[in-house]
Amino acid sequence: MGKWTRRAFITTGVLSGGALVIGVAIRPGNRANKVKGMIANDTESVINIWLKIATDNTITVVVPHAEMGQGVHTTLPMMLADELDADWTTIRMMEAPGDAQYANYALGKGFILGEKEFPAFLIDTVDGLFLTVTKNMGLQITGGSASVRFTGMYAMRVAGAAAKAVLLQAASDEWKVPIEELTAKDSYITHTASNRSEPFATFAAKAAELSQPAKPRLKVSEEFTIMGTSPKRFDIPEKVDGTAIFGIDVSLPGMKYAAIKAAPVFGAKLKSVDDSMIKNTPGVQKVVHLENAVAVIADGYWIAKTALDTLTLEFEKTGNETVQQADIYAKYLVDLKAAETNGKEKKDVKKGHVENAWQNAAQLFEAEYRVPYLAHATMEPMNCTAHIIGEKCELWVGSQNPLGFAKSVADALDFDLENVVVHNQYLGGGFGRRSFDDVALQAARIAKEVDYPVKLIWSREEDMRQDFYREANISRFKAALDEDGRITAWKNHFLFKHDPIEAPHIPYDVANQLIHYSESETHIPWGYWRSVDSSMHAFFTESFMDELAHTAKKDPYQYRREQLTNAPRFLKVLDLVAQKADWAATLPPNWGRGISIHQSFGTIVAQIVEIEIIEDSLKVHRVVCAADPGFAFHPNGFESQMESGIIYGLTAALYGEISIEDGAVAQSNFHDYQMVRMDESPIIETYIINSDNWPGGGGEPSTPGIAPALANAIYDATGLRIRELPIKNHTLKAREHVLG
Amino acid sequence: MILVINDQDYTVQVDSATPLLWVLREHCGLTGTKFGCGIGQCGACTVQLDGVPVRACLTPVDAAIDKKVTTIEGIAPSSSELHDLQRAWIEEQVPQCGYCQSGQIMSAHALLQGNTEPTDADIDQAMRGNICRCGTYSRIKKGIHRAAAELASTATTKMEDHG
Repeated sequence: MGKWTRRAFITTGVLSGGALVIGVAIRPGNRANKVKGMIANDTESVINIWLKIATDNTITVVVPHAEMGQGVHTTLPMMLADELDADWTTIRMMEAPGDAQYANYALGKGFILGEKEFPAFLIDTVDGLFLTVTKNMGLQITGGSASVRFTGMYAMRVAGAAAKAVLLQAASDEWKVPIEELTAKDSYITHTASNRSEPFATFAAKAAELSQPAKPRLKVSEEFTIMGTSPKRFDIPEKVDGTAIFGIDVSLPGMKYAAIKAAPVFGAKLKSVDDSMIKNTPGVQKVVHLENAVAVIADGYWIAKTALDTLTLEFEKTGNETVQQADIYAKYLVDLKAAETNGKEKKDVKKGHVENAWQNAAQLFEAEYRVPYLAHATMEPMNCTAHIIGEKCELWVGSQNPLGFAKSVADALDFDLENVVVHNQYLGGGFGRRSFDDVALQAARIAKEVDYPVKLIWSREEDMRQDFYREANISRFKAALDEDGRITAWKNHFLFKHDPIEAPHIPYDVANQLIHYSESETHIPWGYWRSVDSSMHAFFTESFMDELAHTAKKDPYQYRREQLTNAPRFLKVLDLVAQKADWAATLPPNWGRGISIHQSFGTIVAQIVEIEIIEDSLKVHRVVCAADPGFAFHPNGFESQMESGIIYGLTAALYGEISIEDGAVAQSNFHDYQMVRMDESPIIETYIINSDNWPGGGGEPSTPGIAPALANAIYDATGLRIRELPIKNHTLKAREHVLG
Repeated sequence: MILVINDQDYTVQVDSATPLLWVLREHCGLTGTKFGCGIGQCGACTVQLDGVPVRACLTPVDAAIDKKVTTIEGIAPSSSELHDLQRAWIEEQVPQCGYCQSGQIMSAHALLQGNTEPTDADIDQAMRGNICRCGTYSRIKKGIHRAAAELASTATTKMEDHG
């Protein structure tokens, strides 16, 4: 692994006081599609990181990604520290750029705000790269499982290796010994022959004067000392004693609180507000009218929320007030059919000729699947604190895209970008939701009406009803099987296509494939939802694959493995999960077992689920998960992400359903948008294959495969094929009852 | 009104119907207790009144008068020492985003006060009111077992000391 060259720009410098600073700016690589889309042209850098070796030999790593529980504030410094051969216990982490101390070094502000406060020594080498980036706002996205894959591989490791190279060179010059005789370990450089050993910091000033290597050598996995281990995460201690500050916890002098209600029907504008009821309510400060919402500012959130609930609001009609969920599915079917009739489907994959294969098939099989809309339901409801003084706006928020938020707010208020500052806080769950800037825009517009800071907090009901939703979808399949039951043709037609592009693609050896999609316009806002398109396509393709196995009268595991002959990585993961779950073992009565395999964000995950039908209810006992992420840099963290993604996907498979009633979201809170809880949480076992392929993501890839594995297990136990999620809408009876 | 929170007196002036949650967060500066749903469904706001776990989002502040309120900020034995549950949470690397964990720990804390050797079923029962969107349930369970074992060994040591 390691094709990073020509994507990294390395700079060194020394700060007053003698600390060595290394900066790396990186350009987009063709492997990071999500990041690539944010770049206008080749001269722009996407992301940059810094490391500082202080005179006391402590090392500070600046991480340009938000911590939302995925451990990135620990894993990325590990990647840098390992290449640097640093002492892990002296590593400090800092998230760019909110920290005041960091800004004081003129680096944080420099890389955000442009040349004004940019250290001169950096401008020479890095040139205008950073500046174009700030205009483009392609920086600092946390999502797409990209942190390790992109920032880690291209920037963190390169920075660590470059720092080590210049430090070794400086030591070699200083001691006048060949560089080959020097070793770096635990933040010290040692020359064994002369029995000399000095901390990195000793050579910092000298190192800064050297020209940095264009291509520092990166370690191979056998040389890793920190990568591949599981040190304790930096963010956990403050998350067990209540001291971690999330966006909602920010407190400012003179701050007031706002509650908000936006038009329930998406796209509707505010028509009128009767606020006579709260004119004299103690503690109520102001009623703010936004284009599509009303906010009440008060001395406390409870006062604001209670007052808001007494207002009589009227919204303009959009024509969508009569839209029901059934209408949306009906429209989907019409649009799918129209595309098929007119041949207007958009091509995704075309291999061979499916039409010819239908003729020669021993068997044909067709199926259609449906999934509903899903909300993110992060534990921390959307919130943002804003303070506007004159032409300057400060925001405190947990964001997956802080600079994007700053840009949107600057545009909305017509402020200069450099006068909008986002102080990023811990995210109480992200899952894609916190990449959307809607709440920051609302907070800024509300704060513009007053001269004190305002903390805007959404109620859970608002959070549920004003989300950007994983879309409802329909996916249709037709397959041809030969005499042996092998698939000779695979046709799939579905709606919409976002990310990742490979979500509907299959790893199986099928000579004739036609995968295509159509559009169907609705008024429901779409958003990135953990694993994005894979969250549904794994359910579609792996359920269909299971149906084909049963049609061919084959064992579902064997059927998959026999058709993975051109996908050795997949085969290895599939075999591992089957072995660990003891696939061939007989299950007790009323139990069922299901399997799935799916690749997303560069990581292949196979899952086997074991369930039991007790009376007519479902008990998910165990999930065995095997994953090939290329390399798990923090195995314990990777396992926790697999567990997390599985519970998130399980919740959606069992219960997740946002439905549209009268143009608006019908669900409102956790009583009608149910979550998997402790007593329903299965045992999860994770097994990792370090294949040394390019690293894949951790945050998303286990979410897609749980729904099909579960549906396949339900079929095994009951004979009922789940073609529509969620499972709560189906009545389950064990096979004995069905047959008996 | 005067509230006793984590053995400290707080004087607050609020409407008596205000949920304890907002008083803790906005008047007492105790933001470790989180807002999650507002209807007692998620457990993120779990605190204890006289050792009994309650949902602070549904508890009017006047229900806390003359009672001892305990929040996540108040369970550690001292400012330099963590509670066994907090240590166990670090050992098992339980939190991810961490937002629900104050409530999780407060529910677990209440459980261990009445049951020093909880079974998996006991834990399921006591913890089912607390949602974790990051799905850290299996680690929470491990954390509770670890803390229970730790508390038991401390208790044994104490008994031996006194024996």
